[in-house]
This record gives sequence, C-alpha cells and structure tokens, in this order.
Amino acid sequence: MSVDSTPLDGPVAASPRADFVADFASSKTAVFGAVLLLAFVVVALLAPWLVPQDPYDLAKLDILDARLPPGSPSGDGAMHYLLGTDSQGRDMLSAIAYGLRISVAIGVLSTLCAALIGITLGLVAGYAGGRIESLIMRIADMQLSFPSILIALILLAFLRPGLGNIVAALIAVQWAYYARTVRGTALVERRKEYIEAARGLGLSTARIVFRHLLPNCLPPLVVVATLQIASAIALEATLSFLGLGVPITEPSLGLLIANGFQVLFAGKYWISVYPGIALVLLIVALNLVADRLRDLLDPKLRSR
Amino acid sequence: MLAFLIRRSLQSIAVLFAMSLIVFAGVYLIGDPVLVMISPEASQADIVATRAALGLDQPLWVQYGRFVGAALSGDLGRSYAYSEPAIRLILERMPATMELAIVAMAIAIVVGIPLGLWAGLRPDSLAGKTIMSGSILGFSLPTFWVGLMLVMLFSVSLDWLPASGRGATVDVWGLKLSILTLDGWKHLLLPALNLALFKLALIIRLVRAGTREALLTDYVRFARAKGLSNGRIVGVHVLKNILIPIVTVVGLEFGSVIAFSIVTESIFAWPGMGKLIIDSIGVLDRPVIVAYLLVVVTVFIVVNLLVDIAYSVLDPRVRLSDAGTQA
Repeated sequence: MSVDSTPLDGPVAASPRADFVADFASSKTAVFGAVLLLAFVVVALLAPWLVPQDPYDLAKLDILDARLPPGSPSGDGAMHYLLGTDSQGRDMLSAIAYGLRISVAIGVLSTLCAALIGITLGLVAGYAGGRIESLIMRIADMQLSFPSILIALILLAFLRPGLGNIVAALIAVQWAYYARTVRGTALVERRKEYIEAARGLGLSTARIVFRHLLPNCLPPLVVVATLQIASAIALEATLSFLGLGVPITEPSLGLLIANGFQVLFAGKYWISVYPGIALVLLIVALNLVADRLRDLLDPKLRSR
Repeated sequence: MLAFLIRRSLQSIAVLFAMSLIVFAGVYLIGDPVLVMISPEASQADIVATRAALGLDQPLWVQYGRFVGAALSGDLGRSYAYSEPAIRLILERMPATMELAIVAMAIAIVVGIPLGLWAGLRPDSLAGKTIMSGSILGFSLPTFWVGLMLVMLFSVSLDWLPASGRGATVDVWGLKLSILTLDGWKHLLLPALNLALFKLALIIRLVRAGTREALLTDYVRFARAKGLSNGRIVGVHVLKNILIPIVTVVGLEFGSVIAFSIVTESIFAWPGMGKLIIDSIGVLDRPVIVAYLLVVVTVFIVVNLLVDIAYSVLDPRVRLSDAGTQA
C-alpha cells in the first residue's frame, strides 16, 4: 500500500514511501520499537538455529540440571544456562525463543485471518448498506459490548484447549474491530467521485469493492492490525496462563510464565520472569510502532 | 422514563434469552462431563445410569426446555463437582468479586482523576509526560503479568502483603466484607491494585483529554476573565464537565473489571466467581459454567441500564428515549 492515497494527506510528495520512512524515523521511541520488533521477529523465525539447545528434545535435557539459577554451567560442562533452567532442566533462553515463535505465530495468524474476515464483512456492510449492513453491524456491536477475554473464555470452554482452537477463539474475538473500522471508512469513501466514476465505467461490484474501495480503506486498518497483534498476543498469553490456551507440548510465552508461577514463591524467579520480560517487550514494541503509525496514517488525529 | 425502562427491560430479557440459548448449545457441544465426574473403574452400565440420572441422554432441545423451565423458577441446575445448586455457588462468591471490582474501580477513579487533571493542566511538564508514559505502560502490560510482579515484589521479596486468599471478613447484613478489617485490606490491596491498573490508565487518558478540551472552551475563558481562582475553575467548571464521559466509561468498564477479575482471582487465589469459573471449566462443570455466564450477562445489562440513567441525570441534554439506540 502507499500512504498518498489517504484523502486528507495534502500535496503528494515525490517519493511517498521514502517520506513515510523519514516521518516514521523522526520519533526515537518509534524507531526503538521498530528495531526491537524486528529483533523479536528474527529470533522467532530463526529460533532453531540461534538457541543453544532444542528445548523440546527430551533426550537433550538433563533432570539433574533442573531449576539452576541464571549463568550456571550445565552438568556435563558443555554450555552455560544464561537465563537458568526450568523444573525439567530445560535451558530457559532456548525455551523463550521457541515460546516467542509460538506466541508470534498465533498472534500474526489469528490477526491475519480475523482481518480477512472482518474486512470482507465490513466492506460488504459499508458498500451494500441496508439490511445486510444492519445485520452484520448488530452482531459486531453486540460482540464488542462484551470484554474480549470473556468471549474467548466461553469459546475455549466449549472448544477445549489446543493450538487450532485458541487461534479460532482469537479470530472470533477480533473480527468485529476490523469490520467496524473498515465500514466506517467505506461509508465515507463510497460517496467519493472515484467510486462514482468506477461505477460509471460499468465495473463489477467485486472489482469496485476490492480494487478501488479497499486500497483507500487500508491506512486505518494497518493501525488496527498492529494494535490487534499486540492484544492477540497478550490475550493468548493470559489464556495460556490460565491453562485454557496452548497445549503443554507447544508452550507459548504465557504458558512458560504459568509454569514458573508455582516456584516463584520459592524465590526461583527466573522461570517466570524472563519469559515475562520477553512478552512485555514484544507487546510494548508493537504498541510503540502502532502509536507512530496512527500519528502518521490517521488523518483525524494529525490536525491535533 | 417509564416507557424507556419497560422497553429496555424487554430488550434485556431478549438478550438474556439469546445468550442462554447460545451458551447452552455451546456447553452441550463440549466433552462428556460424566467421564470426568465418575471414577475410572466405573462400568459402562454405571456411566449410562449416571448419564440418564442427569438427563444427559435426552436430545438437546429437551434438555434446553427443561433448563429454561427450571431457570424461570430460579434453578440453574446442580453443580456436578460440588453437588450444590449452581446459582447458590455463584451467589456465594459474588460478594467477594464485587468487593474486589468496586475497590479496584475506586482506586482507578481516586488516583486517576487527579493524575489526569495534572497531565491535562501541565501537558509539557516532566510530571505530565511521566504520567502519560506510565498510562501507556498501564495499557500495554498484560494484567496477569502485573499481578505476578506485584506478588513477586510485595509478597516474595519484601514480604509486606500476603499473596493469596481473602483474610478476615466481617458480616454485614449477611454479606462478608473484607474492607472492614486490617487483615482484609492487606489481602485486598494487591489484587485490587492489579485489577485497577488498566482502568487507571484509561481514566488518566480520558481526564487529560477532557481537561485539555475544557480549558479551551468559552465558559472556562469567561471564568478566568471574571477573575475566579484557578482552584475554582478546575474544581468546579472543568471537573464538572469531564465528569460525564467519566461516569459513562466507569459504568461500562465495570463489566470488564468483573471479566478481568477471572485473571486476578486466579493469581491471588481470591475466592470469587472468577476463580470458580476457571475451576469449573477445568472439570467441565456445565451447570456452573452456564449459571456464571448468565449471571455475568445480567450484571452487564443492569450496569448498562444504570449508566444510561445516570447519564441522563448528569447531562440534561440527553433524553432517555434516544439513549438505547445511540449507545
């Protein structure tokens, strides 16, 4: 997408993309967030090649190394546990990298699917209007009036924990945000002249909606999506912490934190705290980036 | 007013009815509770007998019909795990959750309004900027993580406050309350703080935005021109006008505080409804899950109604007949 399609953007710059990057980089906190985010994505993608131990290969774990504090050498002297070990003698650093992978994957996957569903329904509602619109928006509004954690909890109570089910629950929780955002924008855009022109040319409805209307609705959606990835990751971590999220065989950051909770009282802080720090930094990085994107992309906020 | 109340009550009943159907059908789909309840050595005949005794061998619509019939007379079924009426289990634990939620909301308001005013009156000061950065953190940190950190800091490291349970309570008209004893407060403070943090951040932002807007209005400028003291301008003219959005948000967010108390109660082993529902989901205690959801939805509906009424009292421009469609 390109930014210059925002209607209130003023004169079109020579190279909008370069301009956008420069605008973004003028905020130091946003750059910090973006760099941090990039680092997390790299770790999540390359975890198997970056970490000292495959944390879920039981043959490589040594129960004698259980609950070692950070910096301890392993029993066989082959490596140092920089962030300590958990109750099964697993290297926490490796476990965190793998957990990050699962948290990010769930967050991104559920957000993309929810965006696809929400945007389609929102566009249909905004463009079609009438009864379809009021039906879709009624459902969205009713859902949004309940806290997302409650809805996710109900769904997981029915579906039972599992990787696919938590993604499904997160999609169900999120779609309404996209539907509402895109409908709001579509209502404004649909009255504009370029849509009129496209209709005058006799283009099909599908083509008008997806090729002409959608690109102009994108900027606010990018902001919503960034924020939603953060809240999806936080919600997944919360549900996994409560034991309703990912299965033990595929622990996300939230489940790692839950595993350490019991030994927290015995002063073995590292099993909970380090995955927690990773989770918090990830969420804060996403929020910083989203904040800056909102400043740059949302024409309503720009004038303030 | 009366017409509004009647219309809203009818709407509420419709919503409750729809929710009961969705929840009941959903719960019906989840695994077989008999397998969880009964001992592993039980014979096939025992399992069939238990299923029949609980009415679980009937088709969905028969079970739902029975459920609605019983629900209308106040019976939401017996808990499989506790062998007690589900509604009684919930209502027993409701005061603990309500107390936690109300104290959390009170903390958010009492701390949030002055901080928000400060940030709004001096947006460029160091304090103002610090408050705003803090509120961003309050938004982005997951509740359960903040709870863990509170436990680690105040219970494990400093050993100032207990990490779990409710402490001593005092009976007031049959309600057990923690806020009347020192021990109760010690147990209440950390969970309430944990639950308050997110709403605190929200109130700070609302009050700051409202203050900045109000400072630019004609009536504030006029008050200044009249030579009123700064304290009076802020305390009376500014505060009064930002109170309206605050009341709305506080009311609407109360439901979400109750929902998030599930997380806080699990961390601090607070004996409220939230802890009960997590335990019940674990053992597939269907009647309790259904009863909890219906009770929470009812609380939501009642709170929304109260907010609409409070709104019309505070802001004479709002007419109740519109409130239902505009909200």
